[in-house]
Amino acid sequence: MSTIAARVMGQALDRVEGADKVRGLAPYAFEHPVPEPAYLSAVRSTVAAGQITGIDCSRASAQSGVLAVLTYLNAPRVGTDDGELRILQSDQVAFRGQFVAAVIAETSEIARHAAGLVRVDYRPRPHDVELADAHGPDQLRVPQQIWPLFPIETDKGDVDAGLASAAIQLDETYRTPWYHHNPLEPHTTIACWTTEGVTLYVSTQYPAGVQHTVAEAFRLEPAQVRVRSPHVGGGFGAKLPRHSDVILAVMAAQLVAGRPVRFALTRHQMFSQTGYRSPTIQRVRLGADTDGRLVAVAHESVEQTSRLREFAEHATRATPTMYATPHLRTRQRLAALDLPSPTIMRAPGESTGLFALESALDELAIACGVDPVELRVRNEPAEHPLDGLPFSSRGLVGCLREGARRFGWQPRDATPRARRDNGWLVGTGMAASTYPAMQLPGTKVTIRATPDGRHIVSLAAVDIGTGTRTALAQVAADALRVDLDRVELRLGDTAYPPAAQEGGSAGISSWGATICAGADELRRRLSTEYGDTVPADGLEVTVDMPENQYLGRYVMHSFGAQFAEVRVHEETGEIRVPRQLGVYAVGRVVNPKTARSQLIGGMTMGLSMALHEASVLDPRYGHVVNHDLASYHISSNADVGAVEAYWIEEDDPYVNPMGTKGIGEIGIVGAAAAIANAVHHATGVRVRELPITCDKLLP
Amino acid sequence: MRPFRYERATDAANAVALLARAPQAAFLGGGTNLVDLMKLDVARPELLVDVRRVTPRTIEQLPDGGVRIGAGVTNSDLAADPLIRRRYPVVAQAVLNGASTQLRNLATVGGNLLQRTRCLYFQDITTACNKREPGTGCSAIEGHNRDLAILGTSPDCIATNPSDLAVALAAMDATVQTIGPDGSRAIPLTELHRLPGSEPQHDNVLTHGELIMAVVLPPLPFATRSYYRKIRDRASYAFALVSVAAAIDLVDGQVRDVRIALGGVAPKPWRATRAEDLLRGGPVDEERLRRAAEAELADARPQADNAFKIPLARNAIVRTVLDLVEAAP
Ligand SMILES: Cc1cc2nc3c(=O)[nH]c(=O)nc-3n(C[C@H](O)[C@H](O)[C@H](O)COP(=O)(O)OP(=O)(O)OC[C@H]3O[C@@H](n4cnc5c(N)ncnc54)[C@H](O)[C@@H]3O)c2cc1C
Ligand code: SF4
Repeated sequence: MSTIAARVMGQALDRVEGADKVRGLAPYAFEHPVPEPAYLSAVRSTVAAGQITGIDCSRASAQSGVLAVLTYLNAPRVGTDDGELRILQSDQVAFRGQFVAAVIAETSEIARHAAGLVRVDYRPRPHDVELADAHGPDQLRVPQQIWPLFPIETDKGDVDAGLASAAIQLDETYRTPWYHHNPLEPHTTIACWTTEGVTLYVSTQYPAGVQHTVAEAFRLEPAQVRVRSPHVGGGFGAKLPRHSDVILAVMAAQLVAGRPVRFALTRHQMFSQTGYRSPTIQRVRLGADTDGRLVAVAHESVEQTSRLREFAEHATRATPTMYATPHLRTRQRLAALDLPSPTIMRAPGESTGLFALESALDELAIACGVDPVELRVRNEPAEHPLDGLPFSSRGLVGCLREGARRFGWQPRDATPRARRDNGWLVGTGMAASTYPAMQLPGTKVTIRATPDGRHIVSLAAVDIGTGTRTALAQVAADALRVDLDRVELRLGDTAYPPAAQEGGSAGISSWGATICAGADELRRRLSTEYGDTVPADGLEVTVDMPENQYLGRYVMHSFGAQFAEVRVHEETGEIRVPRQLGVYAVGRVVNPKTARSQLIGGMTMGLSMALHEASVLDPRYGHVVNHDLASYHISSNADVGAVEAYWIEEDDPYVNPMGTKGIGEIGIVGAAAAIANAVHHATGVRVRELPITCDKLLP
Repeated sequence: MRPFRYERATDAANAVALLARAPQAAFLGGGTNLVDLMKLDVARPELLVDVRRVTPRTIEQLPDGGVRIGAGVTNSDLAADPLIRRRYPVVAQAVLNGASTQLRNLATVGGNLLQRTRCLYFQDITTACNKREPGTGCSAIEGHNRDLAILGTSPDCIATNPSDLAVALAAMDATVQTIGPDGSRAIPLTELHRLPGSEPQHDNVLTHGELIMAVVLPPLPFATRSYYRKIRDRASYAFALVSVAAAIDLVDGQVRDVRIALGGVAPKPWRATRAEDLLRGGPVDEERLRRAAEAELADARPQADNAFKIPLARNAIVRTVLDLVEAAP
């Protein structure tokens, strides 16, 4: 494969819809003008496990303006096996905060008030909600399925012997807490039943997924479900799987058929309804020789899932890709608890896993007396450490060197707690990062060429705020070999051909590869059938995403190097991060402006992960108690210092016709470890449990 | 959220009268706390009496050299006021350390002083809370209590008062002027809020329908050297883990007067009188400061998650006063 020529790709263009967004002219799902909307408000369970023994809707129903109250007694039966989506199907409660009823009313205020008047009685069961080291092997299980690309557990060589024989041995446990995605735009839906089926406006990362889920649940043909998502205000993975809010809205709309029902989750509800990143307990054991060359790596992670839907954070998944070692083992265990289901959150697996692994590498560097950058260079593998395949491209060492140079890593005295500035201890730290370069199945594209030279490219992909609409148009222009203003990109509607989800940093790669195939097909037909002239009524082609012939022959990953400077107040433990710098090898960068925003956004989320975010579970009740943005801290502007993101030139002919490897997630990976490592350098305190708060650093 | 009525008071007496007639009514300032609590169904007023037009919105110098701040002054205007910034910098700093620009633009001085605790269980009607529903129990004592109080708590409630402004005003010996059904009165700010004891539902000593009209700062020349230091989990937009308001009057290296108040550690702004007493009449150095701080914190009763507040408060007191001394001209 060779990559297509870049004429429009590579330009730092503004977002095409930017001005509309700033002016409030880009409607988000909830804002679509619909005639005579009704409003939905949900009632959530107040026990973590148990049975509903009674529901009294009389006060709610009696409110003027209430149209209907939905409970398991009158809700439509749904045709899905997905436990999370099977809401209001029985009297059983599977987690605290699960939907147990809902009110449909003329206004959102009436709906919300009446929802508070629904009285639900329960017979609670004892619940099990705490992920602890104490979870015995009988409660822990190996996950059944993870993304098919990645083996759940890996083995190579004899890890125990390797560890035992190593001159330098390290055995530490690292912990990460729950995280909630908290996109700015809450999860919202408008649902309307018509004689043809259901029309939905949904804030989603996967319109075709919503279409199929709703069709299955309500026993419709997919063609009877139309999902529109022209603009989405962030997702971070939370809007990728289907959640019960969409099901509830469609159920409600069925009760008031013909009227559109509007439903927006409250911020509180988003802490129990939209997934989260599982906490992890990770044990990392490293064995190395005195020069820091790894002899053995063992990485085990324990995570939680719900009893309704399995999801594994898979914190060990990046480990086999990182460093050369003769002996390697990864293990993955899950505890199924009486809690909501976790889900994908920006770099699932990598962001938690590399916090542990890259912290451990820093500890190893100190134990061996080797510079942390040099340690990673020394352990650079020639081929994939597990399966022996070549990498399609591997820019880790280039990123490490370029990052060290730009950051001014050297000269660096490795002694901890040795630099002071006006009451603040100063330190620097670094970590490596990686993320797989993927292409997700399920995309089709239609390209219509018109005689006046325009090309209408349509697919049900979405722009969740990342700049996809702009970058994908740039890809299309180069694929079609035309100027950008000749391309009309139509997204965000299942009336267009289906598209894979916006996830896995694979949007541009999957959709772009399909557009390239469509452009080829268009050219082929124009030349073979029309003498290279577009016929008067235009020419339309529809193609599927092509298979990548190099899959299974090369391992495809992005890499990066993260650097951070931190300051810790000597007397109060307050932490500031004046500088973060990342250098990435991500293949071709389609739009340097929106790409940079993704990378610095990822790094900022990594800062937030390092210092601020943590959902706090109260095990007695079984729910997250800091369920709002005043108490679930996300880094504020004042926390974010200089954030610099760069990339090295990388021409990867194997990943896809554009040579892109994805940029949405890698920025967060390793960022927290770089900060934790810098905190150690500044203070001498190794924090192995995130977030790093001042109490952990108090003298 | 429940339905409620809204009325705009025509003058202060009318506001008081409207409340006196309605036991389930509340004054409305900027609404940034009250309306949030209504949405959470924690506050359930049937009537809101908007007092923004009937409480003074001016800041004026008094004949004795003090300053009167109208209860309707917004937090933003208070922080930007040149008189306050020059004469009582600790007050302006405390306000700017709280909330966000948008919230400060709306929030009033009266509302700020009476904002309710941020205890997570208080704000969640599905959990037990003695402050919200007397007699139901306190979820925080055996729950998540990292943010809560170490001083002045009771077996019934360990909530903190969240106001930064109140901490600075406590250090300045401010008084609160009110009018109520029984007439006007002046309450020292340090006596406005009460400790929970066995009645945590009462945050303060005001009676139903008692309207805050103003806060009066006494003339305090040495307050030009005052400072607010807030330690929190992020650099901005978070409530205090610990905060310190301090002012010092040094004459020939001896402490003639000193003011220290703490936030984030108690159910009310905590005036550190014990520490002040130990410091007055002697020199300031790290050792004396540390001993004074330790004496102030000697009665601290930490919970499972917040013992760190003791060393944090001690170090914060020492650092804040030393910074004031070192910054001296
Ligand atoms: C996300 C967030 C972060 C915040 N961070 C901080 C922070 O870091 N530090 C901080 O100090 N604050 C913080 N705040 C709180 C903010 O300062 C208060 O919400 C605000 O000061 C309240 O003022 P208001 O005028 O809006 O009060 P309202 O919400 O209108 O009223 C609050 C209470 O005061 C009563 N009231 C109002 N005016 C009077 C009066 N004149 N006389 C008698 N009673 C009256 C009301 O009845 C009500 O009980 C934060 C708030 C939010 C939402
Ligand atoms: S500390 Fe006070 S406010 Fe918090 S739960 Fe206990 S009683 Fe309620």
